[in-house]
Amino acid sequence: MPAPPVPVEQMDTTRLGYLSVRNVEKVYDPGGVNVHALEKCSLEIPAGDFIAVVGPSGCGKSTLLNILAGFDTLTRGEVFLDNELLAATDKSPTPGSDRVVVFQNGALFPWKTVLQNVVYGLVVQNRMSESEANERGMDLLARTGNLDRIAQAFPNQLSSGMQRRVEILRALINNPRILLLDEPFRAMDTVSKTTMHQHLLDIYDQYHKTVFFITHDLEEAIFLADTVVVMTTRPGTIKLRLEVDLPRPRNRDTITSQHFLELKQQAVTAVHEEAKKAFERGERELA
Amino acid sequence: MKSILLNKGIAARWRGPLSVIAFFGLWHLAVVTGLSGFAELPTPVQTLKTFVVEYAGDSVYWDSWVVSFQRVLIGFAIAQILGIPLGLVFGTSARFRNLFFPVFELLRPIPPLAWVPISILFWPTNESSIIFITFVGAFFVIVINVYDGVRNIKNEHMWLAQSLGASRMSIFKRIMLPSVIPSIAVGMTLGIAITWNVVIAAEMIASDSGLGRMTWEGYVSSTPEVVLIGMISIGLAGYLSSITVEWIERRMMPWVEHR
Repeated sequence: MPAPPVPVEQMDTTRLGYLSVRNVEKVYDPGGVNVHALEKCSLEIPAGDFIAVVGPSGCGKSTLLNILAGFDTLTRGEVFLDNELLAATDKSPTPGSDRVVVFQNGALFPWKTVLQNVVYGLVVQNRMSESEANERGMDLLARTGNLDRIAQAFPNQLSSGMQRRVEILRALINNPRILLLDEPFRAMDTVSKTTMHQHLLDIYDQYHKTVFFITHDLEEAIFLADTVVVMTTRPGTIKLRLEVDLPRPRNRDTITSQHFLELKQQAVTAVHEEAKKAFERGERELA
Repeated sequence: MKSILLNKGIAARWRGPLSVIAFFGLWHLAVVTGLSGFAELPTPVQTLKTFVVEYAGDSVYWDSWVVSFQRVLIGFAIAQILGIPLGLVFGTSARFRNLFFPVFELLRPIPPLAWVPISILFWPTNESSIIFITFVGAFFVIVINVYDGVRNIKNEHMWLAQSLGASRMSIFKRIMLPSVIPSIAVGMTLGIAITWNVVIAAEMIASDSGLGRMTWEGYVSSTPEVVLIGMISIGLAGYLSSITVEWIERRMMPWVEHR
């Protein structure tokens, strides 16, 4: 059952969220040992696209996300969001409510109720009165799978899947230009994961935000994204870019479709070839 | 299946009182059979009798309660009022920490009772020196716990607050303080226990009033009933304080599920 469309005054109708990552490098220098976390990383993400970044742990995908979110500096290169300079060498990192992160281990404030968590951004930015914010929060919760029934619960009373849904809404209510999701479903069992995929796709179909989704699960990436980017370790760099032309809305039938299997096969082969090349080069990546 | 669960519930409810009864029973048995070391001790019944006849209606006895409780409360409260901010500053300001943490770490291992002589010399009245020693007992534990709490604040929480546009002041009030509350609670639980430890010993050494003094006087005057009444009173006082602190902690952290 599709939820009613968002009122125009609440959500930006012009497509925002065109992300451009240009030759980004990140060198960590712990005690004089240069560690290349990212090297020559370039990426163009059209506004409203769902991009999934796949790679083994330590490949620099979280570093890239932290740079986009404004939590970390970069060593070289630039990042633009809708042609505005977001990050550069001589620019100190600035987090913003137009790029909110959903973290891997969950970061709801445990001392706040679900509703207080969701409206936190609206309240601290003084965008509106608290009662207005609460009203809008309840509205968003209600429109997303009737979550208004858990509005007064504390996060630790919820399953991790529920917590993640609330976190996504906490980001969404700020009308961000891009949603940054850092392996949000990593610690979940297969069934919850499948449910969460559906919830995320529903939200995506409804709001069409640019999504930057990190995972190490190739199948998850193909199922969710328009573009899958494969990264390899040390220095973290983008090795492959796969366009996923599966029609939307996607559901469980998508996973069993012939085309999905073909794409998956293609991706696995490509990743495997990269791994083989890497192995022959003697690098400890991908494999 | 149901009856097993039911039995389990009943058993759980009776286990506590049962162990208390068993404790007094064994004590009685040990005295009656003349177990070595117990020869000079009264039985629980004798102790209770002495309590009812000589102490329950005696205002001096109840004054001992009041005096000891006052010392604990004042020392504990001052330790919170000074310790929580100091722990917060240690956790947030590297400069302050670098300057003062070494001194703090030097003083921290000194047992509160080792402060007795210097505080008698330093403070004008006996009362203030005992309160000071009580304060010392709780202070270090609270500072360390709060400091630890600040260091363990999740990076993700700070980042999110920044992303969502919170000011520095708002991050302090709405993110840091609530994050630290569980650590403050731990500091309070440990602090109240140490405070009772310290106040009793300090009263024995340096005071002429309080439950500690009363117990010590029982020993000096060779009346073991008094010693035992004193000890049981201290046990009860400590227990009462602990459940009060626990009650406060619950109200401080409505989001935590309690047993």
